[in-house]
Amino acid sequence: MSHLNARYMRRKLVNKLTLSIATATVIFALFFLVWILWTLFAHGFSYINIGVFTKMTPPPGSSGGLLNAIVGSLYMVAAATAIGTPVGILAGTYLAEYGKTGWLAPTTRFINDILLSAPSIVIGLFVYEVAVHHVGHFSGWAGSLALSLIVIPVVVRTTENMLQLVPSSLREAAAALGAPYWKVVTNVVYRSARAGIMTGLLLAVARISGETAPLLFTALNNQFWSSDMSHPISSLAVVIFQFAMSPYEDWQHLAWAGALIITLFVLTLNILARTVLRPGQESS
Amino acid sequence: MDTQNKHLGAILDRLFRRTTMFFAFLVFILLFGIILTLFIGSLPALKAFGPSFFTSPAWNPVDVQFGGLVPIYGTIITSFIAMLIGIPVSFGVAIFITELSPAWLKRPIGVAIELLAGIPSIIYGMWGLFVFAPFFADNCQPWINDHMGNLPLIGEIFQGPAMGIGMLTAGIILAIMVIPFTSSVMRDVFEIVPGMLKESAYGLGSTTWEVVWNVVLPYTKTGVVGGIMLGLGRALGETMAVTFVIGNAHELSSSLLMPGNTISSALANEFTEAVGDVYTSSLITLGLTLFVITFIVLALAKLLLIRLAKREGTQS
Repeated sequence: MSHLNARYMRRKLVNKLTLSIATATVIFALFFLVWILWTLFAHGFSYINIGVFTKMTPPPGSSGGLLNAIVGSLYMVAAATAIGTPVGILAGTYLAEYGKTGWLAPTTRFINDILLSAPSIVIGLFVYEVAVHHVGHFSGWAGSLALSLIVIPVVVRTTENMLQLVPSSLREAAAALGAPYWKVVTNVVYRSARAGIMTGLLLAVARISGETAPLLFTALNNQFWSSDMSHPISSLAVVIFQFAMSPYEDWQHLAWAGALIITLFVLTLNILARTVLRPGQESS
Repeated sequence: MDTQNKHLGAILDRLFRRTTMFFAFLVFILLFGIILTLFIGSLPALKAFGPSFFTSPAWNPVDVQFGGLVPIYGTIITSFIAMLIGIPVSFGVAIFITELSPAWLKRPIGVAIELLAGIPSIIYGMWGLFVFAPFFADNCQPWINDHMGNLPLIGEIFQGPAMGIGMLTAGIILAIMVIPFTSSVMRDVFEIVPGMLKESAYGLGSTTWEVVWNVVLPYTKTGVVGGIMLGLGRALGETMAVTFVIGNAHELSSSLLMPGNTISSALANEFTEAVGDVYTSSLITLGLTLFVITFIVLALAKLLLIRLAKREGTQS
């Protein structure tokens, strides 16, 4: 009896111990989230002022802001989204609507999922070889192209998932009214999956807004005001990298300010996508 | 009029289908485009050094001698450390969310963990360099030196100056970055375990831990491994966070506390400054190596997850 009791106690103890460890791992993960966010506010908040948004990036030792970097980032993110969205939505449509037969759809789905997690620096390297090396100079377009290659897999995946959630009875109802299939897809299916596809887009924009690695050898950087996408253009992420690694204090201060701006922007998009627009679907 | 309309509809139908197919095909060939382009780019280096590129620790731009051993070693070691820490933590997080958490807490914790994935990697790098590395150097590394540096056999890998930056620091930061990816896959696969299976085990008097270890985990093991591989794929290719804290030293060192290099950090630091065909091409060869390794890891992850999904489909 006491033998059984000891065994029972041991099992209960093991259970308590392991479950406490599981709880501790959650606290461990959240601890780092809080630590990082706290660091950002503690370092970045005091350096954010109106000058950050109205002045150009300075040479070392003088004051300035991040205006050209912020604008460069906005340009490239906008261009990358504009290129990546139609490609992603149409490819995703093929996978969801026409992908039941043939080899192309399953293979593309597989490859897309790999591209989704592919190292972004390799994407940068690829675009360098294709759009910088042969052209002869770095450019904002090359940067946008690199970012769009990160947008596409995200949009393909969400579009496919969201279209598959649309009940087939809707498609059949539209077809029964005599609508050709392309009209069924564009007028009925897209419309009912709109919120979901928007969520995917927001997440894609959030993802590329903070990307640094693919821009290093494509858009490079530019210390001055430039809105010419066919030349090197500055971006917030690359400026943060350059300024943070520099020995100059002014630059490091600006890097912290930029880091706070970029993180708030990205996390706001993330939360927006997950709470406001989310149509009760799990995977992203 | 009516037949003409029908005819037009059929044409547009075909056009629409072809268009979507074209873009799907574009995604399909993108992968081969990347591999082919990088392969062409790496030919000069492969011609100059042959297969010994992958075993040579040399990295000398002046003498034009390059080898990939140091960055490849660094990539593997930092990812290994990341997995060593990341796997148990992700497992714990997934257990907590699926089995322990009260219903109202599930969403907030899930979102918070996903925010970890949302933070741009450059932010991890800055935090790592300016906050975590000094903290680590002051509070953890002396302890590691004193207590683990004297162990037989493995002592050597824990000896070194308390600089803060280095391979161990990079591995720890990678571990934090991997947690959201691995834990969310684990959580998803844990949730597909049929309630009846778990309840049967509970009915026999199992504790929660015994249900997790003996029922949930065996049922989902392919999915769990898939999630781990997905995290590994992320760790291998992560660039900015590692570049900040690895120290960028082209030296093979037995100690984890010493600075090193990874493929991605070597690319980020040196690519735009590389002069000459062979130098550039050597870096592209490293990039190709990284892509091939992550491709294999991610493909394996995907296959395992597909297998679990298939079994799930046939059983329920």
